[in-house]
Amino acid sequence: MSQATLRVQKISGHAGSVPGENTQRESLVCKLVDTTTCIGCKACEVACVEWNDMPFSPTTFDNTYQTMPETRWNYWNLILFNEHEREDGSLQWLMRKHQCMHCAEPGCLEACPSDGAIVQYTNGVVDFQQDHCIGCGYCITGCPFNIPKLNKVTKRVYKCSLCTDRVSEGLEPACIKSCPTGCLHFGTKDDMKDLAEQRAKQLKDHYGFANAGVYDPPGVGGTGVIYVLHDVTKPELYGGLPSNPSIPLAVKLWKHPLKWLGNLAIVGGLAGLFIHYLRFGPKAREEADLVVREGEQP
Amino acid sequence: MSHQEQLIPHNHVLRYTFPERLIHWVAAGSYLYLLATGLAFWSPWMFWLAVALGGGQISRMLHPWVGLIFVAAVLYMFKMWAGQMQFTVVDREWWKSLHYYITNQDEKMPPAGRYNAGQKALFWSFFLGGLLLLLSGVALWFTEYIPWSWRWIRYLAVLVHAGTALFTIGNFMIHVYMGVFAERGAFGSVIRGDVSLAFAKRYHPGWYKEIVGSSDPPNPK
Repeated sequence: MSQATLRVQKISGHAGSVPGENTQRESLVCKLVDTTTCIGCKACEVACVEWNDMPFSPTTFDNTYQTMPETRWNYWNLILFNEHEREDGSLQWLMRKHQCMHCAEPGCLEACPSDGAIVQYTNGVVDFQQDHCIGCGYCITGCPFNIPKLNKVTKRVYKCSLCTDRVSEGLEPACIKSCPTGCLHFGTKDDMKDLAEQRAKQLKDHYGFANAGVYDPPGVGGTGVIYVLHDVTKPELYGGLPSNPSIPLAVKLWKHPLKWLGNLAIVGGLAGLFIHYLRFGPKAREEADLVVREGEQP
Repeated sequence: MSHQEQLIPHNHVLRYTFPERLIHWVAAGSYLYLLATGLAFWSPWMFWLAVALGGGQISRMLHPWVGLIFVAAVLYMFKMWAGQMQFTVVDREWWKSLHYYITNQDEKMPPAGRYNAGQKALFWSFFLGGLLLLLSGVALWFTEYIPWSWRWIRYLAVLVHAGTALFTIGNFMIHVYMGVFAERGAFGSVIRGDVSLAFAKRYHPGWYKEIVGSSDPPNPK
């Protein structure tokens, strides 16, 4: 892969078409997170902070291994530790690497009003362009995964870039590079799906996880980060992974029917007032008219 | 102010006092800024408005503060005018004759007071609209402080803010059309404060009667 993978295919807040749209297709890139082999070592957290040169962020302590409750503007990659009690009373420790999912249909981009503040490359990566970000926070409203975070000082929103700078040079993202167990993989979406399905089948056939499966939610058009879960029927167990995420209904209503009805009403209203003026004109042309017409009325 | 004091030489009458005119233009100026920046955030096709007003970041920063000025002006108007904006029996008749008003047959209209029913409706729509925009606007202003489990507030806020803004835009367009184009003399009245007695008698006969004490002009030319 090369710089060509940074060809843009979707632009936030953009009037008109996307330059070069559909002239060339790239393979979609994808991260595969196998939660069944994650050991919660947080090497990916450290690698992310290191590579992206993020300032220090104080951790919180809540009597678990979890570094902090949720991602931050300068902490894009977080392992969520979940203690799950199985039906037989035994403990199952579920760990999930939480970060931007790089949705094919990104709610953040849909909600963003600023031209070019959020782009989606043809390789599927959704990337924030802080130079164009106005800090309105609409992306926070649009995201079904609670990912974009506002820097309260710079008033810009940040999130995982899928290490665009590395990926565009043919390297894997920093988190993948650092994983010691091989639970993280990176490649084309097709290859990662194959690998994930193989692993899920293995879990079903040989390890007794009857509900093992691949999380690639269709509600957002599929994602650029897919998970292998021990129990794909209960993604909520993994730190609130939504079972059927989609762009929030309110955002869909706001950006589609309300927008078009509203625009139609504004333009129609302006046209209506203009036509009213052409047909009926002012109530009286001059002040003098008022007096004359007043005389007509006893 | 007694009614007689409102009379101005050359058959004119004071319609809006200085505080009324000032607060009107505070509201109008802030509304225009909110409209321009709000439309910029509403549609990519109008984002150039934010660029023209200093850029998206500055528009995002100032929009809420100007919103506070607008709401403060609306609340002050409420304090000044709420009493005069109560709907009366005449107003009910006025609504029923709305088609005469729209087709400029004002002589067939029931005698409106200082404010006709349409103006009262405009006042209340901006009062309620201002409150809804304030409540939803605060949620949008500090959207990053709303916890994930309360995200429904964000969803509600974007819909209420946009919906209410559209509602006020409709009222705003009618208001500007009436004041600038349809009723000649209305625009001057909110600048200079006065209207002619003829204007008062034609559009606000009830109010005219209160001022001159009869329905006839006091000093016919």
